[in-house]
Amino acid sequence: MLEMNAQGRVIAPAELGNSLRQAGGNPLERRVRLKFLNSTFKIVCVSAAVFVCLVLFGILFLMFKTGMMTFETVSFKEFFFSANWDPENGHYGALLFIFGTFALTGLTLILSVPISVLIAIFLAEVTPSWLRGALRPVMDLLVGIPSVVYGYLGLTILIPMLREITGRDLADGLLAAAIVLTIMVLPTIARISDDAISAVPKKFRDASYALGSTRFQTIFRVVLPAAKRGIVYAVILGMARAIGETMAVVMVIGNTPQLADSLFMPTAVLTSNIVMQITSVESDSTWNYALYLMGFLLLAISLLLIVAVRMLQKKGEKAL
Amino acid sequence: MSHKSDQGQGRSTSTSASTSASTSAAALDTGAFKRRSGAAAASNRLFDIFVWAAGICIILFILGLLFMLLRKGLPMLTWDFLTGLPSEIEEGGGIGPALFNSFYILFLSLAISIPLGMAAGIYLAEFAPDNRFIGFIRICVEGLSSVPSIIFGLFGISLFVDMFHLDLTILGGAVSLAFLNLPMLTRVTEESLRAVPPELKNASLALGSTHLQTIVRTLIPVASSGIVTGICLTAGRAFGESAVIILTAGVTTSGSLWDFNLLSPGETLAVHLWYVQSEAIVPDAGDIAQKATAVLIAVVLLINLTFRVPLWIRARNMKR
Repeated sequence: MLEMNAQGRVIAPAELGNSLRQAGGNPLERRVRLKFLNSTFKIVCVSAAVFVCLVLFGILFLMFKTGMMTFETVSFKEFFFSANWDPENGHYGALLFIFGTFALTGLTLILSVPISVLIAIFLAEVTPSWLRGALRPVMDLLVGIPSVVYGYLGLTILIPMLREITGRDLADGLLAAAIVLTIMVLPTIARISDDAISAVPKKFRDASYALGSTRFQTIFRVVLPAAKRGIVYAVILGMARAIGETMAVVMVIGNTPQLADSLFMPTAVLTSNIVMQITSVESDSTWNYALYLMGFLLLAISLLLIVAVRMLQKKGEKAL
Repeated sequence: MSHKSDQGQGRSTSTSASTSASTSAAALDTGAFKRRSGAAAASNRLFDIFVWAAGICIILFILGLLFMLLRKGLPMLTWDFLTGLPSEIEEGGGIGPALFNSFYILFLSLAISIPLGMAAGIYLAEFAPDNRFIGFIRICVEGLSSVPSIIFGLFGISLFVDMFHLDLTILGGAVSLAFLNLPMLTRVTEESLRAVPPELKNASLALGSTHLQTIVRTLIPVASSGIVTGICLTAGRAFGESAVIILTAGVTTSGSLWDFNLLSPGETLAVHLWYVQSEAIVPDAGDIAQKATAVLIAVVLLINLTFRVPLWIRARNMKR
């Protein structure tokens, strides 16, 4: 387009050029200006995109650099394989937090996946369309509720309830946290699985029905296997949310650095320990470095999950 | 004949079962088939009832919990509470500064992240050639969006407190929150721009506009509804975000209601809720937490609803 402009200017009679110049609209100037704006805009956009990458690498680098300083005073073995977290006396065993995070995530998944998939089936296959139209937006709204509200809900309603049921004085711990997280990730997993189930082509169902199977058989032997990839994707996203969740967990897990051997024992996970201790430590102490190293672990886990999601997507593209 | 009717039963789950099938010539074979399909129909019916019951129960349970929070908190709200100063020791503290900080930090973080996120999104949708570099940027955006929020908090601390030697400030909180919003905004912008029909872009280019003019005057106006919705959903999430703010903006306010100073501590409403519930020593902490929760849920629901309702209406109109 710009070339055309240039040609036009050459062909145009000198008078036109003059009048334009007199009117203050120098065509050359305009062309230069447009070109300048275009290229500047492109540079701005590129640098914004590069900036996004820089943020990620900045975070990775800072976490890694600060975290690695832990190993100047603490041995690798102690950090990963000792469950004795007592920074005041120089013990930095983070095993209990790592174990707590994995146990909590596992427990959350055990509770939430069956329920979420059930709700997804309910939404996608069983409900009449008017109810579906009302319930889907409600689930979307639930996704947007702040996590601290779920934590508050667990603290004020769930824990007293658990206390009554179990008859213990303290109900803080893995189970309470897992239930709160389940309530929190349930809408996410259910909605994405719901989309995956709805995306299964109708012909699959028709074929299954034509072979004489009931709805139950159709759902479990045809629809769910066909939607498996989408459901796994949903579960991984829910898992990432559960691993990184902080405030909801902090409020119900009890925040005591001890290895949990029962579901009702106050314990701590990576996120909750970071948020409870980071504000009160010196910025150049081993304690601080250890907290950063725990942050780096979290970061590594969630990035690995994303790699898993991408590989899943790639595999799906190939299968299609 | 008998086969056909059996099939019908299975599909419609009707229990007018053995009537039509029994009329036909019943060989031994068909009898076995009938028994089996009877069992299938029964399990199908059971499954239906189970899914209905479970789906309704779970959704009602979650909604009931949220409703309980709102019902307890909303009637107690007064104007004094919404604008009052928080108190550390005496009863009757308000949430004025925290509420103000919530909106202030939200505004600042969006002011930082919207231009950056949109520029990056425009680059990915419009300028990016299909090569490795772009794949890399895309992985970065995805990776950044999976980073747990507490990591952004740690990043904010090491950036603002350790490197720039600022204390916990509104500025630090806003910038860290902006990093959290960045990947979401980038993705929303890219997706909305890609959804614009190519005819519009071609028409604009054919009229002689430059790429920049096409983007600014054609693509962005057409994609604006998607972009605005995405921004508002991000805003809803950012409003309720607490882990980042605790680490970077602190758990105190400067003590005056209209404090625009970027360098004063900036506790937000979500943080205040956590602080009051688990750390504060005021005698009416429970009441304050209840009311603060109600306000928090109400604002987040309001943000979500305002921008989803037009979407639902449009989706409904499109269907017709």
